[in-house]
Amino acid sequence: MSTPSVGETLHAFPGGLTLRHHKQVACQSPLRHLPLSAHYYLPITDRRGQTAELIVVEGQSVRRGQVLTRARSDFDIVTHAPTSGRIGSIVRREGIWPPGSWTDCIHLEADGLDSAVEAEPLTEWFEHDRYRLIDRLRDRGLAGLGGAIFPTAAKLRGDWGPIHALILNGAECEPWIACDEMLMRTRSDEVVRGGIVLARAAGASEMVIAIEDQMGEVGQRLSDAIDTCPIDFPVRLVRVDKIYPEGGERQLIQVLTGLEVPFDGLPQDLGLLCHNVATAVAALEAIEAGRALTERIVTVTGPGIRQPQNLIVRIGTPISELIEAAGGLTGDAGRLILGGPMSGNALPSDRMPVNKGSNCLLVLTAAQVERVQPVMPCINCGECVRVCPASLLPQQLFRMIEGERLEAAADLNLFDCIECGCCAQVCPSHIPLVDWYRHGKAARRLEQLDQRRAALARRRHEAREARLEKEQIEREARREKRRQKLAEGSKAQDEIRAAIERAKRKKHSDPSAE
Amino acid sequence: MMSALLTLTALMAVTGLVLLWLGRRFERDEDSLVERINALLPQTQCAQCSYPGCRPYAEAIAAGEADINQCPPGGDAGVQALAELLNVEPKPLDESHGEHKPPVVALIDEDRCIGCTLCIQACPVDAIFGAARQMHTVIEAECTGCELCLPPCPVDCIDLIDRPEPYRPPRPDQAAAVAPSVIPLRVA
Repeated sequence: MSTPSVGETLHAFPGGLTLRHHKQVACQSPLRHLPLSAHYYLPITDRRGQTAELIVVEGQSVRRGQVLTRARSDFDIVTHAPTSGRIGSIVRREGIWPPGSWTDCIHLEADGLDSAVEAEPLTEWFEHDRYRLIDRLRDRGLAGLGGAIFPTAAKLRGDWGPIHALILNGAECEPWIACDEMLMRTRSDEVVRGGIVLARAAGASEMVIAIEDQMGEVGQRLSDAIDTCPIDFPVRLVRVDKIYPEGGERQLIQVLTGLEVPFDGLPQDLGLLCHNVATAVAALEAIEAGRALTERIVTVTGPGIRQPQNLIVRIGTPISELIEAAGGLTGDAGRLILGGPMSGNALPSDRMPVNKGSNCLLVLTAAQVERVQPVMPCINCGECVRVCPASLLPQQLFRMIEGERLEAAADLNLFDCIECGCCAQVCPSHIPLVDWYRHGKAARRLEQLDQRRAALARRRHEAREARLEKEQIEREARREKRRQKLAEGSKAQDEIRAAIERAKRKKHSDPSAE
Repeated sequence: MMSALLTLTALMAVTGLVLLWLGRRFERDEDSLVERINALLPQTQCAQCSYPGCRPYAEAIAAGEADINQCPPGGDAGVQALAELLNVEPKPLDESHGEHKPPVVALIDEDRCIGCTLCIQACPVDAIFGAARQMHTVIEAECTGCELCLPPCPVDCIDLIDRPEPYRPPRPDQAAAVAPSVIPLRVA
């Protein structure tokens, strides 16, 4: 396959929306560290529902960066202590997803000293084998900081052809999220060098940093950083149009190369790899400084928060502390959203801890989330089709799911929906389309699970019937054998009886002979 | 006139023979009908339909001996699917065979289990694991919730619990009342 040119000419993806940005709200205050909190909560189950293997015990003292869980494969994300303190018991905290769920967390009681384990820098990393870099990234707990928390090592090592280019995704397209913009503004050198670390680990021969064209001074700082970068590696900066959901991996690749990632494939199949800019900085920390991933930038913003700002937050900090640090909620705050307004999740409480994917805490006012217009029937206007970035037929999908025809919805590629929210945003009937798709996807998965369960039960039942039948036949055979034996036995008795008869007859005949 | 009659007669004879042969060759396959009915049954193997398992019930339906509304685990949706397959009017579930309940799985209270193996013998899908005088346990992923292990247990140590299911967001039209439009928060 020929290697696609990345970002030489820009293309467009279908659909999408131009949204008004509110990034400046959080970017006016300087980036600052959240003060240490007294308690940290680190979930031990991951998104697949797998429970991590703990290597610490209750009561143990740990230091910042100390390993708490072991990675059994590239798909496990290692958890490290975010600060020094004492390991408490396993506690249940509210989980972020699904709503109303509870998740088991390691409770870390901070001692306030914040002493760290000795960092092990990997010098001359450019000379090392790329697999050594990947192992390092896995052991330092690297995961996709863009929000998906996909293990970085699993993205870098796998069964695919050579990677041609690494795309560093700085096209943060959600209207309120500003953590990546803040990062690129304050740590542009590290973004470039960190990107080169990831490119090196992926075996890529070039790197493209994609940012939105309206990010102000970010572009200038990044191009300065590229010019002054001490490492000799081809890096290009590409400015893409501000259109939502351009920050989506598949959409960004389409814009930069004009190629569509196959629905059942990966960017790696095209020889491309996409990583978030924050992941790049964390990778640099893990390699050059040897430090584990224990903090990230979180945007705390929205009209419901008093002092919107970007905070550097340790993983495991309860969300309530972020709200407190940002001046607290305004009186009319009505909803907490983790992530952006378009694709984030509403939180039922502020007790859950920040994880590696928590990019933004958005607080909307009650008036903003109140439903002003009732949901009306679909009028087939086709607006949703026009804006869908995955080229789906949202109105058809809606109709199928509403009528419980889940298989038909799956045939219309329901599972290619990226839940970006564009269709629901433009729907003149105010149908909560994304909620329908989320319901439809889960219901379809359950339906298939039920089919698999039924097939399994049937197989096991048939196997049991066959076994019982075999046992029955064997039992019959044994009984038959016994009966034969018994019959044989009676023959022997007959012979004995006959012999006695003969003897008697002889006895009777003897006196006559006398 | 005569030739026309002859032609038509010959044509009819040939067509008739072809149809006869086709009828013999592609006989309506009772077995495949049973298979298709069986594929719609939930495979709980609970015998609530008064047949010893799902396949015997499917055979009885195919033979016209049993009605389509005798399967409580399948519920009304199951009756509907059978009605569509057999092209008959759907009817409400016959409650005399039991009522449609949310899925459950059996759970053995390990403190009370005496290891008598009676439940192992009763389980239609071999989902109980254990040996004589050893503690038994239910393989949750393979339990169909048929309840057949309950009656033989001499110490009544088997409970039915809701089958753990992955999270499914509710239908938006039904969730409207409970969907949190305003979430109560602690205002700092």
